[in-house]
Amino acid sequence: MDLSVAGILLLDGVTNGAVYGLLALAIVLVFAVTRVIFIPQGEFVAYGALTLALFQLGKVPGTVWLLLALAALSAVIDLVDAVRRGLPAKAVVRGLVRTLAAPAIVTALTVWVAPLKLHLLVQSALTLAIVTLLGPLVYRLAYQRLADATVLVLLIVSVGVHFALTGLGLVFFGAEGFRNPSFWDVRFAAGPLTLSGQTIFIFVASIVLIVALFLFFERTLRGKALRATAVNRLGARLMGISTSGAGKLSFGLAAFIGALSGLLIGPTTTIFYDSGFLIGLKGFVAAIFGGLASYPAAALGALLVGVLESFSSFYASAFKEVIVFTLIIPVLLWRSFQHGPDDDEE
Amino acid sequence: MKTTRLIVTALAAVIGAAFTPLALADITIGVSISLTGPTSALGIPTQKGIALWPKEIAGEKLNIIVLDDATDTTKGVQNTRKLITEDKVDVVVGSVTTPVAVAMADVCAEGKTAQLMLSPANLPPGKDGWSFRMPQSTAVMAIPIVEQWKKLGVKTYGFLGYSDGYGEAWLTDIKPLAEKAGIKLVDTERFARADTTVTGQALKLVAANPDAILVVASGSGAAMPHKGLVERGYAKGKIYQTHGAATLDLIRVGGADVEGSFVSSGPAVVAEKLPDANASKALGVQFKSAFEAANGKGSANQFAAHAFDVVLVLQKAVPIALKKARPGTPEFRAALKDAFETMGRTPVSQGVLNWTTADHFGYTPETGVLLTVANGDWEVVR
Repeated sequence: MDLSVAGILLLDGVTNGAVYGLLALAIVLVFAVTRVIFIPQGEFVAYGALTLALFQLGKVPGTVWLLLALAALSAVIDLVDAVRRGLPAKAVVRGLVRTLAAPAIVTALTVWVAPLKLHLLVQSALTLAIVTLLGPLVYRLAYQRLADATVLVLLIVSVGVHFALTGLGLVFFGAEGFRNPSFWDVRFAAGPLTLSGQTIFIFVASIVLIVALFLFFERTLRGKALRATAVNRLGARLMGISTSGAGKLSFGLAAFIGALSGLLIGPTTTIFYDSGFLIGLKGFVAAIFGGLASYPAAALGALLVGVLESFSSFYASAFKEVIVFTLIIPVLLWRSFQHGPDDDEE
Repeated sequence: MKTTRLIVTALAAVIGAAFTPLALADITIGVSISLTGPTSALGIPTQKGIALWPKEIAGEKLNIIVLDDATDTTKGVQNTRKLITEDKVDVVVGSVTTPVAVAMADVCAEGKTAQLMLSPANLPPGKDGWSFRMPQSTAVMAIPIVEQWKKLGVKTYGFLGYSDGYGEAWLTDIKPLAEKAGIKLVDTERFARADTTVTGQALKLVAANPDAILVVASGSGAAMPHKGLVERGYAKGKIYQTHGAATLDLIRVGGADVEGSFVSSGPAVVAEKLPDANASKALGVQFKSAFEAANGKGSANQFAAHAFDVVLVLQKAVPIALKKARPGTPEFRAALKDAFETMGRTPVSQGVLNWTTADHFGYTPETGVLLTVANGDWEVVR
């Protein structure tokens, strides 16, 4: 190993780490606000990358039909709920419109735009819209009723959601993988290092997203409401913050981050319908660094996971995954020594 | 009293229902393949091939039962037990997934029912008494690659393969072949299908600078490591892929980076480009035109071809077995197995089979074809 090889590995590791970092942020966010350990985070990555791949082929991606179906289902549940609680007709209609409007518009737009094979950026924007809207609906249908259940119950639901989304992915995208075109097809050479446009794109997008999230949490009312819910659900409710609204918002953000990550790594590798799980799991290992609570620690952990993965694939490729996932044990030990026994389960 | 009578009636109905398929006494084929899970990419085209199976073989009506094993060994074993004990199938087909097919072999031997594996699974001696492979063994498919290396004067090679049974099988089979030709293995690297990058592995391989690199992967999963090697400056023309990658998906995902690279393949995928002397040419063309008429141009691949070949094998073996017993009986199942072992040279779309009591792989050495990618399509290397 010489310096140039180390440099290439480091760059590769940091690039992957940036994507794991985004996912780790989403996992921390979802856990902090809703206490859901969100295993299906990776599925949004695959959905994002593959929805764009189908747009590239000029096909209408199956994800929009899922979006429409979930929206319809949650509208029906809302309607039954509202009738049972005897809400006024006006409020009911307003609720239905709010649930159905965005998915309906996005679906119509997709069906119209898909065969036209418009510019990559238009397709990407539409992909982001589709997958982001899936997030709140997943929360509404799978988690909202169980919002007060234990972490374990929510984890079990997450496993179920993961399997459902993976299975649907196979139906929508087929079993073969896709590789998306690069957003920016250039290469810069710096000594032995070559920096591709996509790598730069990944870094820039990650940094912009992190800054945007920071501003969102610090400067906006909604962001502060999310933070309040994360600190104390009951207290936040007493202050008039809707916890289910906060849940939907956090899932929406998580889905957006997932889809964006999918668009970022789609051009650098082949993505299969089930690729998301492993990528999401590495994001989860990174999130553990932050104890599922600290954003900066999670981001740092993600970089470490990326670099470790890259170097272990050089030294001992057969044991790469073993090395990456074994990392979680010393981290857990370190965290539990640091904190001492934690009785505060809930 | 009334409940007792009800139970008796229900029981009678259940037993009656259970016996109906038997009463028909047609040939029953039980298929268990991976339609979901990680190897569904192999199972789904196989299922499409099965959909084109004929209504009857040797004048006997065919009953086909297709079950999904979800790429899960336990599920595959369950399916096999159900097929053998409940459906009393005459022959079991599957699975496309190596570990699942291996687990099924035990159940088939126990149930004394022949198994036509759709995966080139290596079994310990004595374990494959009832199991026959439809795909070529990796040892047979390694031959055209090593032949090409000899021709080009390759002295060293590197290995970049799946960290699973498929990768392992290739490594153990190509090593002795290459060694005999005086070609040395200089570096062995592994990766998994879901990996997002092979930069580390590629760096090490390229630094070792072998005369050729063998990539062992399947379907569109074979493109990522290929692109990874090219990205690190390795010459495209020195990369070799295995028959698991011999689908158009490699070219679709790999694009310009796979141009000029080599792939070892069964004959079916390139049937129309084979020399006329090739025994599989006519059958391969027949398979391709039938399959692509139903599923669209460019859809035919080796997995569907194996499903097509199952019928060819049965068309030859069933008349022999029918002379000894009627379908649906243990005697017929035993006769079918004997027929497989004694029917001799059988050209199929994927090569020439010659199963014997000792050899249940049976493909003859001339089976493999070396392909190269030229202008986004396969070209046969002569």
